[in-house]
Parts: sequence; structure tokens; C-alpha cells
Amino acid sequence: MNNILLCGVGGQGTVLASKLLAFAAMERGEQVRTSETIGMSQRGGCVVSHVRSGESIDSPMLPKGSADIIIGFEPAEAVRNISYLKKGGTVIVNKKAVKPVTASLTGSGYDGSEAIEYLRQNVESLVVIDGDAICEKCGSSKVLNIALLAAAAKSGALGMTVEELKSAIVKRIPEKFHALNIKAVELA
Amino acid sequence: MSKRFLMGNEAIALGAVHAGVNVVSGYPGTPSTEILETIAKNNKDGSVYVEWSVNEKAALEVGAGAAYSGARSLVTMKQVGLNVASDPLMSLAYVGVKGGMVIVSADDPGPISSQTEQDTRHFGQFSKLPVFDPSSPEEAYEMIQDAFECSEKYGTPVLFRPTTRVCHGCASVEVKDSFEPHKPEGFVKDTMRWVIFPRTSYLNHCKIEKRNPQLGEEFSSYRFNKLTGSGRKGIATHGISYAYTCEALQGVDKEHKLLKIATPNPFPEKLALEFLEGLDEVVCIEELDPVIERELTYIVGKHHLNVTVRGKLDGTVQPAGENTVESVKEILSGFLDIKYDAPKLPPVPDLPVRPPVLCAGCPHRASFYAVKQATKGKKAVYSGDIGCYTLGNAKPLDMVDTCLCMGADVTIAQGIHRVEPDTVNFSFIGDSTFFASGITGVVNAVYNQTDIILIVLDNSTTAMTGHQPHPGTGVTMMGDVCAKVSIPKILEAVGCTYVKTVDPLDLTAAETAVKEALELKGVRAIIMKSPCIAVTKPQTLYKVDGDKCIGCKRCIRELGCPAIVLTDGRPFIEPSLCYGCGVCSHVCPVNAIGR
Ligand SMILES: Cc1ncc(C[n+]2csc(CCOP(=O)(O)OP(=O)(O)O)c2C)c(N)n1
Ligand code: SF4
Ligand code: SF4
Repeated sequence: MNNILLCGVGGQGTVLASKLLAFAAMERGEQVRTSETIGMSQRGGCVVSHVRSGESIDSPMLPKGSADIIIGFEPAEAVRNISYLKKGGTVIVNKKAVKPVTASLTGSGYDGSEAIEYLRQNVESLVVIDGDAICEKCGSSKVLNIALLAAAAKSGALGMTVEELKSAIVKRIPEKFHALNIKAVELA
Repeated sequence: MSKRFLMGNEAIALGAVHAGVNVVSGYPGTPSTEILETIAKNNKDGSVYVEWSVNEKAALEVGAGAAYSGARSLVTMKQVGLNVASDPLMSLAYVGVKGGMVIVSADDPGPISSQTEQDTRHFGQFSKLPVFDPSSPEEAYEMIQDAFECSEKYGTPVLFRPTTRVCHGCASVEVKDSFEPHKPEGFVKDTMRWVIFPRTSYLNHCKIEKRNPQLGEEFSSYRFNKLTGSGRKGIATHGISYAYTCEALQGVDKEHKLLKIATPNPFPEKLALEFLEGLDEVVCIEELDPVIERELTYIVGKHHLNVTVRGKLDGTVQPAGENTVESVKEILSGFLDIKYDAPKLPPVPDLPVRPPVLCAGCPHRASFYAVKQATKGKKAVYSGDIGCYTLGNAKPLDMVDTCLCMGADVTIAQGIHRVEPDTVNFSFIGDSTFFASGITGVVNAVYNQTDIILIVLDNSTTAMTGHQPHPGTGVTMMGDVCAKVSIPKILEAVGCTYVKTVDPLDLTAAETAVKEALELKGVRAIIMKSPCIAVTKPQTLYKVDGDKCIGCKRCIRELGCPAIVLTDGRPFIEPSLCYGCGVCSHVCPVNAIGR
């Protein structure tokens, strides 16, 4: 069984990422269950997607301490969900912090560095990604999800190869965005 | 058959289509919304009639009329919607239907996005209607088809009750490639059948009481009610908790029986007796209310069995909130005496909270701000309502003093005004909410001569639930363009003393309108009309001119727009978030914010 947790802030593209993962697992002929946070229209809230594939999956949500990999689209969100990580599991995290509106109001200086530091201290297998730099090189902020998936695939802990990811992109994303997303995969 | 990766709500939708559904009506509400949307999306040929009704009561009555006429009808809503539809529901249970009619009422343990943790299974018991409770998307697809069969066989509406994790969970589902459309016979006049009278209700009540034990018997062998295992300890569960329980039991070798209840009403007593036989102890793992637990306790008493029933009532299971695999493991470790070490969590540093906030560029922010400015120094109470605009309660706006249920803003304001006549009573209502259940409240205020100021927040959509059309938008779920129902005309017609439509992004005009209204008596109404950012294009963005900015942070302190962030002690407008509403430029005292 392969347990993946994606987490971030509403609007960062976690849902598409989880769909691609599910698609790839189905292509491999595996059973898949996922669970999404949906139903809030406003952006900026915490979102989590659970993706489980393999055999004997009953619950659509990961149990705590079971994630093979956590893909954090934002540092604080990765830390918020760290209890899902299994012993020795991998964390892929985007460096850039998304400041909540409340942080500006209260004048709190949240910039994600403390969260990243915490991950460095507590996660053996950690990959920190400069998602912004990749998005900039691709000329689109929309490829963050693909960049993170690609980094996760390259880490070997995702249960999906880079080739499978590319094939999922080609089959599941409209053609005019193929080149852009493939570029993001390459850069990650 | 072919395999498709479907969300629970999509599986329910496809299941209904494959059961030959003819008429679908509903009112949006998380977690039920995607069911109706999926049917509309898969309805290119228009063979199914699909509508967003004005509210759940209307939806249920439309569905009933269709089912009277022999059509198969599906009605969708969230659990609190069933409260609104409960009047027709209770009577319809007596009258019955001809075509199959399934009412989906989605429950929300947690609650994750609802006002209450109510349990639709009680509505089944209260109305004496059959209830189906699926535990996965795969099961939901099959079960909704069974529900139509059951409805038609017994001539009764049937409740179908998924919960959030089933609605919003996805799985690969085996679906039919083709299906038989259902041909409605049409409405056949029969007053004894379709007109409810005390005398016929007595007779129908007798029939229901005779039918339900039979149905319970039939449900005892229903394919999705499951009894497995053996031993002296039993676990009874349902819905998504069944999935959690199965997962928690993986690798457990202690003997136990496992009962899954997919039809909580009428309760499959025969199956339950089979389960209870030879047991010393049962634990009921349920979300929301202890429905199965009470049924089992009743059966144990009725049959003088020596079985202890545990669950929510004796504190073995948490009384409120969601279950999880871990919470179930914890319960079972005590119950079956198995070792369970809760995962040890490394202590986590303080993390920023991310409460949902109004989007950057949301017109509601401007509306609240305008009213706040215009009422400065006045004793005012702001009754709010349900929708994105409930978020106007957050700091720094702090403009929602009450929120109860849809439509209550208008009437709560009236009640407060009766007790505190010297306050100005504002009521804020969204456009979809206004149509759903606000109009009667306004009529009540006019009739009873209450002084209130009604602010209709018309953003041309039902935003909170994912931007559905409503009577004011001029489009339907069949893709037709229709006449828009006019909110100002309604307000004028019912006798408001002041009706004005303004664009809240023009803060000066909006404030002036509020001040004008404050000078008058009676029911005054201001329609703040500006589209939600999800249904409009961004305007030219705004920037802070660093040379002019004096660093007073007023834009941040007064508006709470998520696009304005503090960088090095100075406000900075994040271009990827700004929608160009311009409200911050009105707020800046030195005109440092411009395009
Ligand atoms: C009886 C009932 N039905 C449905 C819902 C789900 N719901 C919450 S807010 C809302 C409508 C919001 O639309 P609107 O009033 O236009 O406000 P907006 O979100 O657009 O600001 C709905 C349908 C509910 N809470 N109660
Ligand atoms: S114009 Fe100002 S208030 Fe409006 S979205 Fe942009 S930053 Fe926010
Ligand atoms: S979704 Fe629309 S109505 Fe809701 S907060 Fe965002 S802009 Fe406002």
C-alpha cells in the first residue's frame, strides 16, 4: 500500500496533483482511494488531499503515522500534517511561505523558516524545493503542483516514476499546457 | 461494466442516472452539491430534467409532483436542508409516491461545513421512511439504484444519507455502460390518493406501521447489511466508520463479530438478533447520534438478552465529531484487549492559523466596510446570515453579530429590535439566501411595522457552495437563459420604505445610501450589487506607492484584504492575489494606493 498526503493552501493546485497520482495508480491496475477538502469557495484556507493506492485499503483517509510521503505545498502546512508521516517517511516541501491574512493583522513575522527548520530537525528524508524559482523559469505560477510531484517522483518515495508522471500529464491535462508542465517536471 | 475514478457524489449521480432518473431537483449545500452538478454536466441531450430549486422545500415538492406522475425523481440537499423540507417530507411519507423517489440528505460529521451535527437517520425514524447509509463511493453507486427499486416497490419516498467522507472521497467504481430509461406513466387523478385528509392519513398510518416491520425483515437479508465473524464480542458500525473499523481491524487476530448496518430504518431486527446471539458485549461505532446503539439496546431488552451494549451512551465512543482510523483503534484496543500504541507526535512549533477569510476583491468586504463607516458612533446590531458573508464576522471588519440559519438574519433583527428599540438593526443577507428564505421575513417586518435596515449582498451567485446559479442570475441548470427575478422589485412590491441599489465598490455611494436609510423609518433596503470575483474578471491591479505611503497600516487594520501583506513594516499588494476592487485606495488617508 502506498500512502501519500498532499497539503497546502486553497488555490495551490493540490486537487489536480492528487488526481494525477490517482490516475497513475489506476493505470498500474491498483486500487485507489482519495479524499479531498472541498466545499469552501474562499481561497487561503488549509487543504489536505489523501491518496492511497495498492491493496486492502478501507479508509479513504490516511491513518496517522502512515504516510510514505508528505508533499507540502507550504512549510507550515507540511508541519501541521507531520503526524501523518510514518517513521522514516519522506517530506517534499516548497520553501515559500504563504502568509495568512491574520499574520499581517497581528504583525506576526511568519515567514516559514521556523517550519523548515523544524522539518530539518525531525525528518530524515527531506527535500526542500524552491517552487517559485521553477514557476518563474516556466513563466507560470500554475505549475507548482507539477514541480512538487516531479521532485517527489525523483525522490523515489512517491511510488510513481517521472515517466509515469509525464504520461499522466499528457493523458489528463489539456494539450496546450503539456509543454509547460513537462518543463516543470524537468526543472524540478 | 467499466471502471471509473469517481467522487462519492459523482457515483451517486451516475447511479441515479443509471436507475433511469427523470427529474432531479435540489438546493446547494456542502457536502451534497456535486451530485446535482454531475447530473447536469452529463445531461448534454437534456433527457433528464435538472433544476436548482429556490430552496429544499421547493425541491422536495417538485420531486414529489414528478413522482406522483410516475417519474423517477431525485432530490438533493445537505442535512440542514431537510429541516427546511421537513413539512412536505412528513406528509409525503403518508401520501407516498408512484415513481421511485429518493431524497439525498448528506450529513456532515465534524461538522466540517455545517451549522449542526444532526443525523438524518433520525429523520428516517421520525418520518418512518426507509434510510440507506452507504459506506463508500462504490457502494453508493449500487445503493442509490437499490433505493429507487425499494421506493417504487413500496410506493414510498426513500431517504439516502451519505456523509462527507463518502461524498468527497474518490474511488474506482465499476459502472454500467448502458441503462434503461424509465418511462413515466403520467399523472393519474385520484383524490383519495393524492389529496391528504385526516381520514386517509389514519389509514395510511396503519399501512406504514404494517409495512415497516416487513421492510425490516427484508432488509435483514439486504446485500449491504453485513454480518461476519464469530465470538463473544461484537462490533456494530455503519457508513464511513465501517471503513475505519475494517482498517483498524487489519492484522487483528482476536475473535469478534462485525455487523454493518446499511439500512438503519426500518432496522433489520432479524439480522441484529443473529449478531447478538452468543455475544457478551457489543460496541457500537457510530458518527453523529447513537442510532444503532439505541436500536440494539432496545432489541436486547425486548428479547431479554444478556448482552452489554457500549457506545456513545456509556462514553466508550466520543459523543461528537468525526471518527478516524485512530479513534476506532483506540476504542477497539480497550474492547478487544489488543495492544495499540498511539503514534507519538513530535512537538510542533506554533503555526500560523488560516481561518477562511473573504477573498481579495470580495465585494462583501466593501459592503461591510461601507455600513461600518456610515454607522460609526451609532448603537447598531448587525444580524448576519449564512454564506461567504458570514466571514464578515472576522476582525478587522467584525460586522456579524448573529448567525443562526438561512434567512434568520431578517427576522432575528426584528426580535432584537422589539427588545432594544433604540438600536439600529441591520440585517445582511446574500442573494441566494434572500430567494431561499429571506422574502417571507421581509414581509413579516413590513406587516408588523418593524424598523430594520436590510442589506442584500447581491454578488450574482451562490458563492459559498461553489457558485451555483439562482433565480436572480438568469440561467438555469438546463443551460437556458431565463428572465432574472428582480430583488429591488420584490422589495418595492412588499412595501419597503426605501429601496436603493448601489455598487459597494463605490464606497462613497454605498455609504451615502446607508446614511440616507438611517434617516428614515420602516423597512429600508439597500441592494449592494457587485459580482463575486469567481464570476467576474480582475480589474487593473492596485499598487502601494512607496514614496507616498506613511506606514500607518490603516489599509491592513481596517480591511483585512488577504492581498495586502506587511513586508518590512510596509504594506505591499501581492499582485497574484489583488483583484483590483480599489477599496483599499479609498481607505488610504494619503492616497498612496493607486492603479
Ligand atoms: C437550509 C440550508 N440549505 C443550504 C445551506 C448551504 N448554504 C450555505 S450558505 C448558502 C448560500 C449562500 O449564498 P448567498 O446567500 O448568495 O451568499 P454568498 O455565499 O454568495 O455570499 C447555502 C446554500 C444551508 N446552510 N442551509
Ligand atoms: S484593490 Fe486593494 S482591497 Fe482590492 S483586492 Fe487589491 S489589494 Fe485588496
Ligand atoms: S468566493 Fe466570492 S463571495 Fe465568497 S469570499 Fe470569495 S469573492 Fe467573496
